[in-house]
Amino acid sequence: MSRVQPSIEELERRKVVGINEWTVTDVTSTDFPGHYPGEDHAWDIEKIRDALHIEFHQNDPLLASFSLIGTDASIANAFRRIMIADIPTLAVETVFINNNTSVIQDEVLSHRLGLIPFKGGREGLDKFLKWWKKPEDDEDPSYFDYNTVKLSLNVECTHNEDAAPGETDPTKLYHHAHVYARDIVYEPIGRQSQYFSGENAIAPTNPDILIAKLRPGQVIDLTMHMHKGVGSDHAKFSPVATASYRLMPTINVLHPILGADAEKFAKCFPQGVIGLEKVTKKEAAQKGSGYEGHEGELKAVVKDPMRDTVSRECLRHEEFKGKVKLGRERDHFIYQIESTGQWDSDAIFLESVAHLKEKARRLEQQVVNMVR
Amino acid sequence: MAAMDDGFEALLEPFYNGKKLTDPISTKEDKFQLLPAFLKVKGLVKQHIDSFDFFVNQEIKDIVRSNRLIKSDQEKEFWLEFTDIRVGRPCRNDNSDYEPRNTFSPQECRLRDMTYAAPIVVDITYTRDRKKIIRKNVPLCRIPIMLKSAKCWLNGANNAEMEVFNECPLDPGGYFIINGTEKVILIQEQLSKNRVIVEADDKTGSVSASVTSSTHERKSKTYVVLKKERILLQHNVLIEAIPIVIVLKALGGLSDYEIMELVCGGDARYQDDFLINFDEATKVGVYTQQQALEYIGVRVKMGGGGGAGKGRFNNAPRRSPVEEGLDALANLIVAHIAIDGLDFYPKAIYIAMMVRRVLMAAQNPKLVDDRDFVGNKRLELAGQMLSLLFEDLFKQFVSSLKGNMENFFKKPNRTSAYDPVGPISWQGTFITAGVNRAIQSGNWTVRRFGMNKAGVTHVLSRLSYIAALGMMTRISSQFEKTRKVSGPRALQPSQWGMLCTSDTPEGEACGLVKNLALMTHITTNVEEGPVKRWIFSVDAGVEPIRNFSGTEMHRPGSYIIHLNGTPFALTRYPKRFAAKFRTMRRRGWISPFVSINLNSHFSAVHIATDEGRICRPYIIVQDGKSKLRPEHLRLLQLGKANFDDFLTHGIVEYLDVNEENDTLVALSESDITKLTTHMEIEPFTILGAVAGLIPFPHHNQSPRNTYQCAMGKQAIGAIAHNQFNRIDTLLYTLVYPQRPMVITKTIQLVHYDKLPAGQNATVVVMSYSGYDIEDALVLNKASCDRGFGRCQVFRKYAVELLKYPNGRRDRIGGVEQDEDGNIIAKHSALERDGLAIVGYQVRSGETMIKKETPLDQSSTGIASDRGPDEFRDASVNYRIADPAYIDKVMISQTERDHAIVKVQTRQTRRPELGDKFSSRHGQKGVVGIIVDQEDLPFSDTGLVPDIIMNPHGFPSRMTVGKLFECLTGKATVIEGNRDYGFGDAFRSHPVEEMGKVLVDHGFSWEGKDYFTSGITGESQEAYIFNGPIYYQRLKHMVQDKMHSRSRGPRAILTRQPTEGRSKDGGLRLGEMERDCLIAYGASQLLLERLMVSSDGTQVDICQGCGLFGYKGYCQTCKSTRQVTQMTMPYAAKLLVQELISMNVGVRLQLEDKFPHPR
Repeated sequence: MSRVQPSIEELERRKVVGINEWTVTDVTSTDFPGHYPGEDHAWDIEKIRDALHIEFHQNDPLLASFSLIGTDASIANAFRRIMIADIPTLAVETVFINNNTSVIQDEVLSHRLGLIPFKGGREGLDKFLKWWKKPEDDEDPSYFDYNTVKLSLNVECTHNEDAAPGETDPTKLYHHAHVYARDIVYEPIGRQSQYFSGENAIAPTNPDILIAKLRPGQVIDLTMHMHKGVGSDHAKFSPVATASYRLMPTINVLHPILGADAEKFAKCFPQGVIGLEKVTKKEAAQKGSGYEGHEGELKAVVKDPMRDTVSRECLRHEEFKGKVKLGRERDHFIYQIESTGQWDSDAIFLESVAHLKEKARRLEQQVVNMVR
Repeated sequence: MAAMDDGFEALLEPFYNGKKLTDPISTKEDKFQLLPAFLKVKGLVKQHIDSFDFFVNQEIKDIVRSNRLIKSDQEKEFWLEFTDIRVGRPCRNDNSDYEPRNTFSPQECRLRDMTYAAPIVVDITYTRDRKKIIRKNVPLCRIPIMLKSAKCWLNGANNAEMEVFNECPLDPGGYFIINGTEKVILIQEQLSKNRVIVEADDKTGSVSASVTSSTHERKSKTYVVLKKERILLQHNVLIEAIPIVIVLKALGGLSDYEIMELVCGGDARYQDDFLINFDEATKVGVYTQQQALEYIGVRVKMGGGGGAGKGRFNNAPRRSPVEEGLDALANLIVAHIAIDGLDFYPKAIYIAMMVRRVLMAAQNPKLVDDRDFVGNKRLELAGQMLSLLFEDLFKQFVSSLKGNMENFFKKPNRTSAYDPVGPISWQGTFITAGVNRAIQSGNWTVRRFGMNKAGVTHVLSRLSYIAALGMMTRISSQFEKTRKVSGPRALQPSQWGMLCTSDTPEGEACGLVKNLALMTHITTNVEEGPVKRWIFSVDAGVEPIRNFSGTEMHRPGSYIIHLNGTPFALTRYPKRFAAKFRTMRRRGWISPFVSINLNSHFSAVHIATDEGRICRPYIIVQDGKSKLRPEHLRLLQLGKANFDDFLTHGIVEYLDVNEENDTLVALSESDITKLTTHMEIEPFTILGAVAGLIPFPHHNQSPRNTYQCAMGKQAIGAIAHNQFNRIDTLLYTLVYPQRPMVITKTIQLVHYDKLPAGQNATVVVMSYSGYDIEDALVLNKASCDRGFGRCQVFRKYAVELLKYPNGRRDRIGGVEQDEDGNIIAKHSALERDGLAIVGYQVRSGETMIKKETPLDQSSTGIASDRGPDEFRDASVNYRIADPAYIDKVMISQTERDHAIVKVQTRQTRRPELGDKFSSRHGQKGVVGIIVDQEDLPFSDTGLVPDIIMNPHGFPSRMTVGKLFECLTGKATVIEGNRDYGFGDAFRSHPVEEMGKVLVDHGFSWEGKDYFTSGITGESQEAYIFNGPIYYQRLKHMVQDKMHSRSRGPRAILTRQPTEGRSKDGGLRLGEMERDCLIAYGASQLLLERLMVSSDGTQVDICQGCGLFGYKGYCQTCKSTRQVTQMTMPYAAKLLVQELISMNVGVRLQLEDKFPHPR
């Protein structure tokens, strides 16, 4: 059992990553067994369960922001990596071009189509659709309703007879001068209509994505096959536009910052991080606090460190030298997840947890097998 | 403001710092607007076009005028005169009366492998039966037309019209299209003609004044040399150098006193030095003009008289030495001084001036000329080059036409009168062929001058837009590349503003190949006559030099006015004269390209009107005040004035390099003092178009800018707006080109922002993974997935279907099938017509054009002389390892009526390991590793880099400009204001402001941010500099260079592996590698590399006679007894046999190094 129990302050101090003017210090965590003599840092599920804490700041379908507190960077990063690379989504994988007389070449057009994010019924995407195996050279491809989603795009540009004379805007002068993602048509196959109909139909999340520009006489006629894939294969399968985290900033005002300096200090941070308060009588009366004789003056108070962008601007100015200590909490991860639309942004995170769990389970199996 | 649709409208609206039209104008800030105005009237390739126009409109007429008359030697009454010559507009060669179909576009020429040429017609007058007959518009020949020149259909076309021609609106023009290829005549740099250059030779202590005289008839060089205190005149036509006094005596019989006066004036120092030369004349007994002429005449080379010699050879009677001497002096020596009547005085003055310059240089070594001074150079442009060629060809044409005529008149009984129209057109084809051949091959042969230059023309590089543009401003020097001279290669101070200080290649051509700066103009010839009249009328104190004696000319305070280097008039008030002359020029009475400058060392005023001088415009400053006022700029903005208006109103003027020496130019308004005469329009114009792409070049180490100038031309990007309509041999395009985040004014002016070559990459400067050493880059895989650096490679495969004299012709065969009726694999991309299907993939070995040629190409086809009817397969196959798609198939006809088939293939490539990238600061690197997005570091905002660059690239390269570009780019992106992104030389946006923007948006002022490692999830221990930097993808790609071989083809003769990637060759273990292996003692490896893996063969050797046997039998000894087998390199065996075949006896004697222990 633990022979030495560090103080709360000491534990707090250990949790802080130092943000200095030119360097970042104490980057790695130290709460592992054997690092501090006499202290016990053995792995304990109870401890972790107690420390872990999640707090949502924002939860919209396309953007989620939350704090994951009380875990190690390795775990937090694993979630991030899984979200980028391992969560399957549906994207255009194969394009069958019947006719393309536009100026945009077949490969480029296919590439553009591949990058368009799609949405569809959650149940169908999760439960119904399975992996598609890329056929070997001598194999026939297996396209079934449970592994392939068929889309088509069939656009022809024609003259607009109703266009005003002297019109120069091609979108008014011609029909289908611009081809958008909304022109893509989903063709349900087999049981797909059960899962992907009405609201749940497969459709581009952003219907206004420009695919190509056409002029009269030009045709794009193609069908597409969508399959499930993961971001590690191609970025188009990644369910997130951004999935990242930052550490919670800490700002410690060591010596009081007063008057004009306080205002300047506040300007060194984004709005709302530093508040200005009047020095109270009580504070001024306190000996050794640094407030003596400054009653009524403004002082800088840390209001909301989470909003700080850690620009380190305050460290640049001579007057704040030694008065402020910046840092970041090593176990407080503020996630920001932007979904491309196929998943809800918070669901991506939950899925990543499930993935990590599955990976751990598989690893366990391996280890068991290894020992056996 | 009215939309002008000429590509310049964008420049005239939103101004530098986001100013609106209503904002106040300050001349200090906005004077740069003169630059777009200048480029609008002059343009980057305008010098080529001006020069060509001058040739086509004027010079060609002069050439014909001086060769207008042909008289027959036999038929005395017959004469033929060319009264006029005109160049038409480009039209088809195969004439049709239907006018609209006769014109064609340059694009059609490119696609159909035709020549973009226009017919030349002449008006002639000749006699028939003693009557004068006038014929107009007789077709003479066809001449290639420069694109966008006055004769070109694209001349003056606006954007919409250019589109109708299928032409890129941003195409600069200024090149020719010969047989479908675009050819540029590079600007040639030369020492100026008809000017005296004085040089001192330190080794021999001699001083010489030389002049290259160039007239329409001949080109020759005359020297006046001071050797061992004696002055001599040297010329090619003279057997030996002639004492100068004898020459001066021969020129108009001057007395000794007059000669002394003419050379030395009243200066005793020069008189002392010159006196000895009179002894030279007395020594050989020359006292009179007659004796002098005789002395010279005897020393004139026989038959060396150029054009005159020919006639003399045949029938003219032998001339006396006096006549010879007179002829040489009048026509050959200093030939550009025309002799009117027999008045030799002007020539005497000229030669005396040369002597005087030599004496002065001998007295004061500082008074020699500098060959490398830009004012002593002339640039020869396409028009001049063509006129040299055309004149030569026209003279040949005239003589061959005359030959044709004489042949006709030689016939005793003629059936009809001589009609020259047919022969003119027929002989004229030689002119057509001659011009085409010269431009096609680049070999410029002018017989008259004995000129034979190679490499005058080059194929226009269409690698990128900027490569094509850079080629149009390129100047090649006449100096030999191999010579190790530093003078001509060094940056000359007089190059300021005229030639780009950065854009020159590295290596052997360094400093010899130069580029024009942004505002440079090259003059065309201005007529001397009117200028001559102005010289006298502008100032009363000017009198013709003819009226003066030497004393008066050289009196202190007297200035000789030289016109194009020739003494012409005398004045005692040079400053007043120059001021008045300039005033008249500023008022537009004298051409703005006539320059005048004073030279106090030689008491001379120099007026130059000749062609090829480099000049550039400046704002005139008078009495400490700039002539440019805000209201002028306002007029410019409103489009109510153009640059030429400013010129005629005396607000700006052109100064050439010589006149620049008389001025005091202020860089900005704040630098103006009372003495200032001119102000710079914009300092960044000392750079050219290519160097202008670099942001913050004034913060870079100078070689880095030079490197970027070389690399900018290799960057893949948009070539032209019509790039997908072109079928080029090799065409690279970027799939998603981007306008640079940080641009310069030059970028806007040359429209690089419309045809960019690169992408704005988010760069993070840190070390990562160890795969980034030695400038290697780390790329983000997700970025590549999303299209970063994706490029396309187009290749052309063309085939001409020939017709043979026997009536047979090439054909396109059908698809071949196997026994089951399936199309064979090789033809899987073919359609039934034997051509590849557009959109299909072709793999290595597959056929694209199934051409077949007849086996019988030589039989006459008459009666029984018929060859076989079979055809041989001559199909065009795709033979690159990586597959491609068929992009286009074109079938057309060439001018020779042959069908032509062109197939274009397309490859789309994403960046891969080893592909080359570069920023705009001479920092190139290859891709070292492509990393998954999740492994890359990310910032607080979730930003992940596209490229990670190793910080070791910075300290030694000192490319601070790159850091500034990154910072400026970042601020621009964050602020969302494109007006921040200006990085012009000497007027870039201050970086302090960028830092402020970053701080305002919550970033660190220095651009360094907190990053978290993507692998561990922990933060990085240092803040990392990051931001957008414009990266160019260079054309060097691994796919085109990758090569390996284990076994493969061998050369027939030596049986050694073939050489080179294209032939699947081996990699040579060379001599030096061999040396290493010998030194190391790796004998078995040597044996393997040089014999086993190369050309080892089993040979039979007879130990009896030492010769080769065959199958164990020796033919010489008729025995098998002593024949043994051994392995030796086939090349060695070959050598032995070749030596034997040359009657060198070779015997091989074998012995066992390690005999069997028996």
